[in-house]
Amino acid sequence: MASRLLWASRAASYLRISTFNRAFSTVLKDLKYAETHEWVKVDGDSATVGITDHAQDHLGDVVYVELPEVGVTVGQGANFGAVESVKATSDIISPVSGKVVEVNDQLSEAPGLVNGSPYEKGWIIKVKLSDEGELNSLMDSDKYTKFCEEEDTKH
Amino acid sequence: MNLNNAKKSVLPIMNLVRMQGVPILDQLHLEERLLRCDLKNWCIVNVGTPQPTIVMGISGKPSELINIKSVIHNQVPVIRRFTGGGTVIVDKETIFVTLICNREAVPLLQLYPQPIMSWTGTLYQDALRDFGKFSLRENDYVFDNLKFGGNAQSITKNKWIHHTSFLWDYDERNMEYLKHPQRTPKYRSERSHIEFLCRMKDIIPSKSVFIEKTLNSLQKHFVLQPIKSDDISNAPYAPSSRLLTRQELEHDLLSTGT
Repeated sequence: MASRLLWASRAASYLRISTFNRAFSTVLKDLKYAETHEWVKVDGDSATVGITDHAQDHLGDVVYVELPEVGVTVGQGANFGAVESVKATSDIISPVSGKVVEVNDQLSEAPGLVNGSPYEKGWIIKVKLSDEGELNSLMDSDKYTKFCEEEDTKH
Repeated sequence: MNLNNAKKSVLPIMNLVRMQGVPILDQLHLEERLLRCDLKNWCIVNVGTPQPTIVMGISGKPSELINIKSVIHNQVPVIRRFTGGGTVIVDKETIFVTLICNREAVPLLQLYPQPIMSWTGTLYQDALRDFGKFSLRENDYVFDNLKFGGNAQSITKNKWIHHTSFLWDYDERNMEYLKHPQRTPKYRSERSHIEFLCRMKDIIPSKSVFIEKTLNSLQKHFVLQPIKSDDISNAPYAPSSRLLTRQELEHDLLSTGT
């Protein structure tokens, strides 16, 4: 068991992912994270947004994703869409402000991509950022990992 | 110092609105406004809605969930509500109980679907312990394995709503408007809709007993403060719950050929 954990830890380090033992949710090192469990991948003045592995795990099987229209403005901390799982809709909160330039239409036919591939195929929107300074208020992967551990420990 | 009062004083306040026969669409609009525009905790109890009405969840597709031809023919209203979950047909014998809570209302409760659903299960377990073998099974309230309450939720950044339609009684003919859905709970075990439901009136002495037991259970967690629905401020908000038009239903029927 110890050698398997050591292998997993080395593999995680190589792949630039981190895991925390309690829930084994994946956190990617190069992303930024919000306390409401959305992730941001920044590329210049654009950003891709989705929900984290921790979030999808706690939500359960996603059966529907309510997407915003391309062209709408999103604000940091404000909801822009929702996911449906287990008889509940849960707001998706934007971690950044800007204009939606693309939405992941695949989620209309395959909402489960949010569960199966939360950081890649399950991305939700792409945003042209209006205030790159807001990124400073988001967590890096280490802080987010710790945040999730503390949140799960409290409950 | 009176210890009972001291204990009560640390419980959060929950506004209690009791209504009789308010149309379900009006109730949903009120709920959505309170969820989005108000910071307080609320319990809404509405006994009955005037006419049989089909209520689908946010992602519901009429062609998959209802027998559209007979619904159109008999002019049964169809509503798409703002919460998740499945399809119900409600009428004057349905009792609606809704809880709207802020993040701090229930200590240590994580704002995710399953923890909230489980917490409400304990609430009703306490309320209904004298009447039968109550349990929360795959998100339904059941006595033994017979469903009597359907649930749905919506969770925002700092609030949640959990609302239930309780089957005090129902007309079997109305259930014919609903199709067997693609996603059903495992405990339903291929039973028809009628076979896996039960009527609360066969188990609980009266509607008022059910409501009082529920409020008594709620009072262990909140200080209930009665509010008249007329006294609720009308904050401007455009609700998303709406009545589907006949054109929309006909279009769905034609496009799927069902």
